[in-house]
Amino acid sequence: MLVRGERGVLTKLAWPALLLASCAKAVDPSALPLFLSETGLYADVAGKRIAAGVVAYEPQYPLWSDGATKRRWIRLPEGGAVDAHDPDDWRFPVGTRLWKEFSLGRRVETRYMEKLADGSWRRLVFVWDADESDARLAPEAGLPAVAKSADGAPYDVPSRADCALCHSHGDGVLGFSALQLSDDRDPLAPHASASNPATLTELTRLGLLRDLPADCLEQPPRIDAATPRERAVLGYLHTNCGSCHRADGLLAPLGLVLEARPGEDSSEYESGLRSNDGRHLRPGAPDESLLWARMSTRTPSAQMPPLATHRVDSAALELVGAWIREDLVPTDTRTDFRP
Amino acid sequence: MSKAIYGGTLFAALVLAASLLLPEASSAQRNSRVERGRYLVEAMGCADCHTPFRLGPNGPEPDVERGLSGHPAELVMPPAPRLEPGPWLVVSSGTNTAWSGPWGVSFTSNLTPDEETGIGKWTLENFSAAMRTGRHLGAGRAILPPMPWQAVSKLTDDDLAAIFEYLKSRPPVPNRVPEPIAPRG
Ligand code: HEC
Repeated sequence: MLVRGERGVLTKLAWPALLLASCAKAVDPSALPLFLSETGLYADVAGKRIAAGVVAYEPQYPLWSDGATKRRWIRLPEGGAVDAHDPDDWRFPVGTRLWKEFSLGRRVETRYMEKLADGSWRRLVFVWDADESDARLAPEAGLPAVAKSADGAPYDVPSRADCALCHSHGDGVLGFSALQLSDDRDPLAPHASASNPATLTELTRLGLLRDLPADCLEQPPRIDAATPRERAVLGYLHTNCGSCHRADGLLAPLGLVLEARPGEDSSEYESGLRSNDGRHLRPGAPDESLLWARMSTRTPSAQMPPLATHRVDSAALELVGAWIREDLVPTDTRTDFRP
Repeated sequence: MSKAIYGGTLFAALVLAASLLLPEASSAQRNSRVERGRYLVEAMGCADCHTPFRLGPNGPEPDVERGLSGHPAELVMPPAPRLEPGPWLVVSSGTNTAWSGPWGVSFTSNLTPDEETGIGKWTLENFSAAMRTGRHLGAGRAILPPMPWQAVSKLTDDDLAAIFEYLKSRPPVPNRVPEPIAPRG
């Protein structure tokens, strides 16, 4: 157990030894922060007082993390701003730091990413002590079953390789984007918090965005959809599936695009699913729809997403099921389907 | 004007000469890479699992017409036998293409370049990342046993590229391999 004020020789020795074993080849472990409190998130970790200059944000379409509650923060370097000229591809200045805290009744882990001088990201996870006094660097391979989620399912801390699997396109940041922080927030998005302290308007006021196209403020980004429910579905799939199921990248050969991207008008986002060939959806019949079926299982060889979850997101499953059952128009041929 | 034409002709002649020489060199290189790939695939026994066996006059033999095309779609397997608790853990089909074990049932993949059912749409990046990470296409679900991706991952980038190029050079065999089956609860 870590004793406050006396953290030092012993605890600091044990962790580097563990780390040396696990990540010696990848990074020089002596260069890594060993405690969350060393990353600049808190002015005072004991009182959980957030440091000045750290900005909280809430994406409108959060990722399902087996029911964990999450809080997120970003800090840009002094005088730095995000290059936001392309709403679909924000670029972050060197020195940018982001944090995401996961709680299951108590704080479990805080994930951290920091943009290094060479433009690459360092992604680390810190696991909270039982008394939540501080969080310690997790090994490169992650830590399985550090906690339990609502119905007793194990909750894993991801490996650094797993982090990179999803954070793999553009500048590698996922929840901090024009669509996610749009002032036009989707009221039906599953598990979203009602408000976002860092809307595009607010970030612009703070001077944290550079070259954001004016129409992103006048006509804030939103997903184009036939019904309000469809909008929420396409947004959910964008976040939970679309970081891998993209037109580019490793899963391109599957021909299933679930991300939403700005159309001709940069405020109207178009989901790749709208031009899908229909193989994955059967209008009117969720349980005959591969997309729904993959969401409804946690059998490892069939479940979607294939990592970072042991529990079905039943609220989202219900939403997607209702959309397939009621909003999609059955057509004669399955392959001719358009949502 | 005439200078320009002359220059253009010379340039075209050079390009032509280069185009006659270059493909020669690169196709030789390519051939040797494909040969290297064949050597690795044969020596590492990929066909043992990915080419269905059939019963020949002298016992089971690889069905070369369906070389590397994975578990035959028309061979619908009955439920795998239940094993008594004990040291027997894994059962395979006579084709050596369907495997039952604690992970459920896996079927060997179609490694021919068929666009719809094989690796026709895969990039080298897909193949290398799959072999290095043990994830489908390099980014999806975990690749199931008994696929020895951990062993294959020990190869160099060049050798993985050679294997991929060899696989892509072979005739496509349309064969949609079934999805894996979850372990019994
Ligand atoms: C012992 C049997 C066995 C051997 C030997 C074997 N494989 Fe496999 N392979 C499998 C099985 C089973 C699967 C399907 C696994 C699954 O569905 O998760 C597979 C799947 C694959 C895949 C698909 C991976 C993906 O991303 O979906 C590739 C590519 C592959 N094997 C290549 C090879 C190569 C190359 C060799 C030889 C170096 C080889 N295999 C040798 C059993 C084998």
